[in-house]
Amino acid sequence: MSEQQIAQAPPQTPGFKMIRTLGAIAMLSGLLVVLVFQYTKPIIAENQRVAIEKAVFEVVPGASRRVDVVLGENGLLLSDDVQDAGEKIYAAFDEAGELKGVALASGAQGYQDIVKLLYGYDPDCSCIRGIKILKMTETPGLGDKIAFDPDFLQNFEALDARLNQAGDALVNAIVAVKSGKKQHAWEVDAISGATISSVAVAKALNRSMQRMAPLIQRHKEDLLRVGR
Amino acid sequence: MAELPNRQEKLSLDTFVRGLWEENPVFVMLLGMCPVLAVTNSTMNAIAMGLATTFVLVASSLLISLLRHWIPRQVRIASYIVIIATFVTVVDYAIQAISLDLYNALGAFIQLIVANCVILGRAEAYASKQRLHTTLINSLGMGAGFTLALLSLGTVRELLGNGTLLGLQLMPPDFQPWVVMILPPGGFFVLGAWLLLFAWLKQRRERRLLEQEGASDAG
Amino acid sequence: MQGESLAFIFLNAAVVNNFVLALFLGICPFLGVSAKKETAWNMGLATMFVMLVSSVAAYGINWVLGALDLMFLRLICYIAVIASAVQLVEMFIKRFSPSLFRSLGIFLPLITTNCAILGLALFQTAKEYDLLQSASYALGAGVGFTLALMLMAGLREKLELAELPSISQGAAMSLMLAGLLSLAFMGFAGLGGSHG
Repeated sequence: MSEQQIAQAPPQTPGFKMIRTLGAIAMLSGLLVVLVFQYTKPIIAENQRVAIEKAVFEVVPGASRRVDVVLGENGLLLSDDVQDAGEKIYAAFDEAGELKGVALASGAQGYQDIVKLLYGYDPDCSCIRGIKILKMTETPGLGDKIAFDPDFLQNFEALDARLNQAGDALVNAIVAVKSGKKQHAWEVDAISGATISSVAVAKALNRSMQRMAPLIQRHKEDLLRVGR
Repeated sequence: MAELPNRQEKLSLDTFVRGLWEENPVFVMLLGMCPVLAVTNSTMNAIAMGLATTFVLVASSLLISLLRHWIPRQVRIASYIVIIATFVTVVDYAIQAISLDLYNALGAFIQLIVANCVILGRAEAYASKQRLHTTLINSLGMGAGFTLALLSLGTVRELLGNGTLLGLQLMPPDFQPWVVMILPPGGFFVLGAWLLLFAWLKQRRERRLLEQEGASDAG
Repeated sequence: MQGESLAFIFLNAAVVNNFVLALFLGICPFLGVSAKKETAWNMGLATMFVMLVSSVAAYGINWVLGALDLMFLRLICYIAVIASAVQLVEMFIKRFSPSLFRSLGIFLPLITTNCAILGLALFQTAKEYDLLQSASYALGAGVGFTLALMLMAGLREKLELAELPSISQGAAMSLMLAGLLSLAFMGFAGLGGSHG
């Protein structure tokens, strides 16, 4: 090999080496992540489906089939790819295709952080039939009782959520009252010692119902049709 | 690229056992304490976190050890971080696929394994310099030590704060749980207590050694 | 979450859900850099800056990855941005205050592995904050972090003059102190309760 050839061979600069290494590692890691993602995607989707279904059937008693719909100002849509068209709700039917209720998600600020819940609304009786706390970080032993205290959960077996004359809001807002002071069907008896957590539940329900109950009643026919 | 010759460790039992006691990443090196405090409010969470972290530690250490001659010095930290982040993403999806409940319980701390100083520290101090098989055994030891630390907190906090262990009621029914144990302050107190215990044991051992030396000097 | 005011988000991150004392993020620097008030203060400020940069960058990353449907690359992108932001801060401090650079030592590059910063990016994404809310959250988190660090530094400086049992030296004492601080901060929990 002549000296000229050696001199002409371009030396590998350290900068090139660094970029090459980083690039190779980036590609390798990208490949690995994409593979794992693709493999686990269907499994995760199934897990999520099962989890939601379990929760929906818990808050809508008597249901055995679920259809996800999006309900907004413009009506009912089946596809959930549509952005901002409305809120995702879960219509629940029994074996015969009868609408047993609609499950919706909501949340409100609790004692420590946001309390997220799923609740079941029965359009026939205009009432809430059950709730399930999905996520919370309330004080263990006190605030976290909202998830399983049987007396508290009894509040939601037939919680009144009737609409007013105009059909655009609840005739009585859902509120929490001091423990033992519940007098009306639209009130929530707070757990003594866990007022803020109980208030969060009531707030979450009220906020969601004020917006969605009118919409559900207005498009009730469409909902019934979805089940058939 | 001339590298300083690093003493290549010979594989021995000590390679593994070191990570459990002498060089325990949490109790001795005081690294990776964030998850140890956060995820130990129940034994199940502690075990899951320990396994996930060990997986990332072993996988990334092995890959880094494999590639150690090809990673230029200037970009080594960046490379290590990308590799670690990759395996953490893998674990993240794996746990979601295995159990959504567990995933929700561990929350953001699975992804936070990336910031766990134990993994980056071992990569820099060990995996980048040693061969594959010693790296594997050492990482397993470190991971086991980390899991041990997680368990020592998880069991105590769950037992005292909830009366249960792995969900089984162990304390008598009229036991009033010390709720503070599953709350943040409890994490700090229990870890502090363990460190106090170890410091006390160490001090006792040193005192005894001194006494023995004194006795042999006199005699 | 819509409906959360910026002030509330700030207060929440700084005090009610303090990143160090309630969420257990950033423990390593919390124990390592809190021996002296001055280093604690500087570390807090440096971290707050990195938090702000990372928070805004994370928001941008989410937007880009979401548009390209590459969400699974999120974690890798976050940590890359954080590492870069730390590098920036390092160069900045080295240029304008070499003494500060020396006093912070190894802890400056270690900000990259500060779980508080990555945690910040992850939480703001989970809570679906918009840009202003994210910035407020980052500021609050930074202030809270600095606050926790300063409190710890103040306590430890005072304790240097006290007689302590020998076995409690070092991390054990710091952890017990942290536990008490955490207990005290729990008193703030109801602060956000009647809001929103």
